[in-house]
Amino acid sequence: MKYSAFQVIKQALRGHKGWIPAWRDPEPANHYDIVIIGGGGHGLACAHYLAKTFKQKRIAVLEKGWIGGGNVGRNTTIIRSNYLLDGNEPFYEFSLKLWEGLEQDLNYNAMVSQRGILNLIHSDGQRDAFIRRGNAMILNGADADLMSTEQIKRKYPFLNTDNARFPIQGGLAQHRGGTVRHDAVAWGYARSADQHGVDIIQNCEVTGFRIENGTCTGVETTRGFIGATKVGCAVAGSSSRLMSKAGMRLPIESHVLQAFVSEGLKPVIPGVITFGAGHFYCSQSDKGGLVFGGDIDGYNSYAQRGNLPVVEDVCEGAMAIFPMLGRARLLRMWGGIMDMSMDGSPIIDRTHIKGLYFNGGWCYGGFKATPASGYAFAHLLATDTPHPTATAYRFDRFEKGLMIDEKGMGNQPNLH
Amino acid sequence: MIIDHPLLGPRDASEFVYLGDASLIDRPNPDTEDASHAFYEYAYLRDNPAGLHRELWFHEAGDRSWLVVTRNTETHEITKVEFAKDVARLAGRSL
Repeated sequence: MKYSAFQVIKQALRGHKGWIPAWRDPEPANHYDIVIIGGGGHGLACAHYLAKTFKQKRIAVLEKGWIGGGNVGRNTTIIRSNYLLDGNEPFYEFSLKLWEGLEQDLNYNAMVSQRGILNLIHSDGQRDAFIRRGNAMILNGADADLMSTEQIKRKYPFLNTDNARFPIQGGLAQHRGGTVRHDAVAWGYARSADQHGVDIIQNCEVTGFRIENGTCTGVETTRGFIGATKVGCAVAGSSSRLMSKAGMRLPIESHVLQAFVSEGLKPVIPGVITFGAGHFYCSQSDKGGLVFGGDIDGYNSYAQRGNLPVVEDVCEGAMAIFPMLGRARLLRMWGGIMDMSMDGSPIIDRTHIKGLYFNGGWCYGGFKATPASGYAFAHLLATDTPHPTATAYRFDRFEKGLMIDEKGMGNQPNLH
Repeated sequence: MIIDHPLLGPRDASEFVYLGDASLIDRPNPDTEDASHAFYEYAYLRDNPAGLHRELWFHEAGDRSWLVVTRNTETHEITKVEFAKDVARLAGRSL
């Protein structure tokens, strides 16, 4: 069923009884050409591009719970492509361009809103770094705009520009950045993949890989063995747990990141604002809640909940830069499990086991990457060659000294 | 989280800095043939278990000792706290 204004009117006149489920609930087949483990944003996007763009057949997505129940449902919905390094910026700009055409591609309203993102500047050193970053963005076809304090005051009058410790001296804006309705991304990709013949199999946990003579021939699941010519893993925070079943150790630690939503307010914050000096960022959802977050808690965790010192730290950052936030009540907070890689950049690569492919290490930046990650992983699975924008995301970059270390922190996952 | 320091008693985890897996105590021998690969595995690869995890914490805002904390990564429950130097000595790594 194609969604359109005409369809909405037609269904309204028929009492909304003609809508059909957005995707099927098929029984798993014995064998697929390609099995993707993980029914989150990246796995479903990969299935969509495999079926629609790369014309692959007999594809399944296996999900342990329900689709979209992991990090694609637990993030702060921001999209942007404001990276510095050559290995990253073309990839994230490719992603942002896919976001711009996503709703037409999927025939699904994902509420892509390019309301802009602003990174605040508080020192001369930070300005130098942001000018360099902005130039790198422009060189790679993205947009970047260095805003003055006066321009910022006009657009964001509520910001505390005269803070004694962190006076606002300008900002680097990317006006094409913004937010997307995160759940709708998973649902839209799932619906499109399903329409192109992909089997989305929920409540099907992978319990092991069948590996014979160095070749992966399928996966053991809670719903029986499923054979596959190629297996792609895209399970975010559970990457180490899953790949250990194939005997692999990854350059990844799992950490918990907390996020917060305030009560619904009238529109007060246009776009996304980040306060890097205080580890705080904030946007306002279409429902009116202020969506904000800060740093990861900093210790290995699979608990999907964090601790209070980070809550305090995030709220202190909020009060320093948005004093008006102190009057808003906190409605909800939650934690998601991030697969923090050793250099803060992801991996989209083959493994040493034939037929087994890996997509992970997205740290806390996976949501904005969803379309390009799915596309690049589909490219790798379909053609056995990396997508031109994702050639740097290799497993062996750590051993070869080719790390993509945006923050310059070294191999310390909790500092990225 | 509360870390029960062997000398100072229960202390808030925010007094500590986290480094990571306690296997970082087992620094490879740089003089062996395969030292380059061993250091790659040591520096970059992690077990990253869901469940019991032995990890290094530094008491930065306290007595500045390094501790090996055994903690469940699924519940954050801490079951054992040792001085890292004791762990290293037992492994024959320290004076």
